[in-house]
Amino acid sequence: MINDNIIEIDGLSKRYEQLTAVDRLTLAVRRGEIFGLLGPNGAGKTTTILMLLGLAEPTAGKIKVCGFDPAFQPFLAKEKVGYLPDEVGFYENLSGRDNLLYTAALNRIKFSAAQERARHLLEQVGLTSKADEKVQTYSRGMKQRLGLADILIKEPEVIILDEPTNGIDPEGVRELLALIRKLNQDKGMTVLLSSHNLYQVQQICDRVGLFVEGKLIAAGPIKELAFGLFKNDPVLLEVEAEPAGKQLIAALEAIPHVSRIEQKGNRLLIFCRQPVAAGVAGAIIKHGARLSHLSQHDYGLDEIYHRYFEGGI
Amino acid sequence: MVVVLREKIGNLFRRQGPPETQHPFWAMVQKEAMDHINSWRFMILLGLMLLITVASLSTAISSLQGAIAEDTATSFVFLKLFTATDGSLPPFITFISLLGPIIGIALGFDAINSERSRGTLSRLLAQPIPRDYIINAKFVAALLIIAFMMMILGLLMVGSGILTTGIPPTPEEVWRVFFFLLISIVYIGVWLNLAIMFSIKFKQAATSALSGLAVWLFFSLFFTMIINIIVESTAPAQVTDINELISYQGFVQNLLRISPSQLFSEATTTLLVPTIRTLGPITMEQASYAIAGPLPLGQSLLLVWPQLICLVAAAFIIFGISYVLFMKQEVRSRS
Repeated sequence: MINDNIIEIDGLSKRYEQLTAVDRLTLAVRRGEIFGLLGPNGAGKTTTILMLLGLAEPTAGKIKVCGFDPAFQPFLAKEKVGYLPDEVGFYENLSGRDNLLYTAALNRIKFSAAQERARHLLEQVGLTSKADEKVQTYSRGMKQRLGLADILIKEPEVIILDEPTNGIDPEGVRELLALIRKLNQDKGMTVLLSSHNLYQVQQICDRVGLFVEGKLIAAGPIKELAFGLFKNDPVLLEVEAEPAGKQLIAALEAIPHVSRIEQKGNRLLIFCRQPVAAGVAGAIIKHGARLSHLSQHDYGLDEIYHRYFEGGI
Repeated sequence: MVVVLREKIGNLFRRQGPPETQHPFWAMVQKEAMDHINSWRFMILLGLMLLITVASLSTAISSLQGAIAEDTATSFVFLKLFTATDGSLPPFITFISLLGPIIGIALGFDAINSERSRGTLSRLLAQPIPRDYIINAKFVAALLIIAFMMMILGLLMVGSGILTTGIPPTPEEVWRVFFFLLISIVYIGVWLNLAIMFSIKFKQAATSALSGLAVWLFFSLFFTMIINIIVESTAPAQVTDINELISYQGFVQNLLRISPSQLFSEATTTLLVPTIRTLGPITMEQASYAIAGPLPLGQSLLLVWPQLICLVAAAFIIFGISYVLFMKQEVRSRS
């Protein structure tokens, strides 16, 4: 297990004048895994990524990326790390292929080798037919795939993707995630990606870190996290009933397995240990209330954050 | 026509297939130069400059009739192409002093902020290249374009001058034209640097362009006005001593020299009008013993050396400020 961590972050902090963007973050990413940084906008994910690349200076703490400190050895770190920024941009007046070749030239890759790699990568991301068209004709999803090819041309050990699925249609997201998964499996490439979308991330990440207000509040495989968080009430029922009076709520709370209820007007959130939708519906109707909506939810990131703010665990 | 011309110029810069390994810096310079050449902006600037060349050439030639009658050996007829005017249009050097800044600003005002708004800056910075390569490459590429443009225009002036007047330039005249073009490039380079600085400071290209134009307007319209006000309020009421007057005159001149265009016109006029012997005030008594005649090239150069150094220094100072601004800036994807 010596040096099995490709990214090591130890006590990392970044403070701006007023705000602490990242607060004493300690985290390790293992070689060959897909790690997801999850958190709402403004949680400090991008700032952390920028510090990993040496593009922002940490206020305190240590970082090691592929054995290098990005603040002091930025070139060595950048040779090993591919970074796909949120909303990646290309030179619109150049073709996709020329954009890749330019990146290759900046990485001192020989021209003949670069051409070969560009051809191969364009094929891999499914852009061969559009390779010699100007980037301004590309769609958002195509640009994102070109971005992936762009960071792969230097053959990095780690790729860092900042909100890679932002603003792409569901089909595009599916393709992109499949591509990332494939890269990880075929080449053993380590992937660090940030997202605010739990559903997308849980499809491909081996482990995730939850980020709220600059703090890492939990890290581990997603199933463990969800299980740890919601072992008291793993099922959430959402109910809309009219009128939703105190008596109704009391009756619902009396149903076995229901642990607690939150009320927002006529909308009730029922947290329970077992799926008891039938019992809940029965109780509402028995009370003479009109049931207009009943659904069972998976936990989203919202609930997870919410739970943390409540001091759940 | 435009497309063909673009391709022709483009081929000058594109070698037959890129070399196997190219230093990243030169790869960047090459890309930036290609971007300029392929842009409409460059075509418009080139067209504008060609128009200026033709206009100033025609106004110079029509005023040249009288000059040719004089002794051609000492009067440097050829250089008059750049300085003479029949009054309808300004001569070439005035045009360059006035419109050179526009070229510099036009080629630099969106250097960094356009990369930022296109989202390419963070991608560039994630590559293993030093950060300053980005501004250095932008500067070098734009300066190459400017040098290329100025040399073309200069040679065009010389060539059509030979054709229309029938007088070949003497070697000294050729050197003087060469140094004039060199100083023009440095002068435009100052404005280019200023524009690049604004492009780092301001995130909006329009703001940056406007700031560049504001500085240009300030120096070309309002600066002398402000100096006049200062002169009126500080001029000594009674002249008691000739030395006092001379030193006051020197003070006013130095104030004027804050403007790059003042430095530029002093330097270029001296080079192109060899009979200019001094740039400061001289007394009648000094002048009365002087023998009228042109200065040799070396002496003219010596006379404008401070002006040239000042222009270069201004370029360096502005570049230094941009460098510091750029190094300190935190780069996020599109903000």
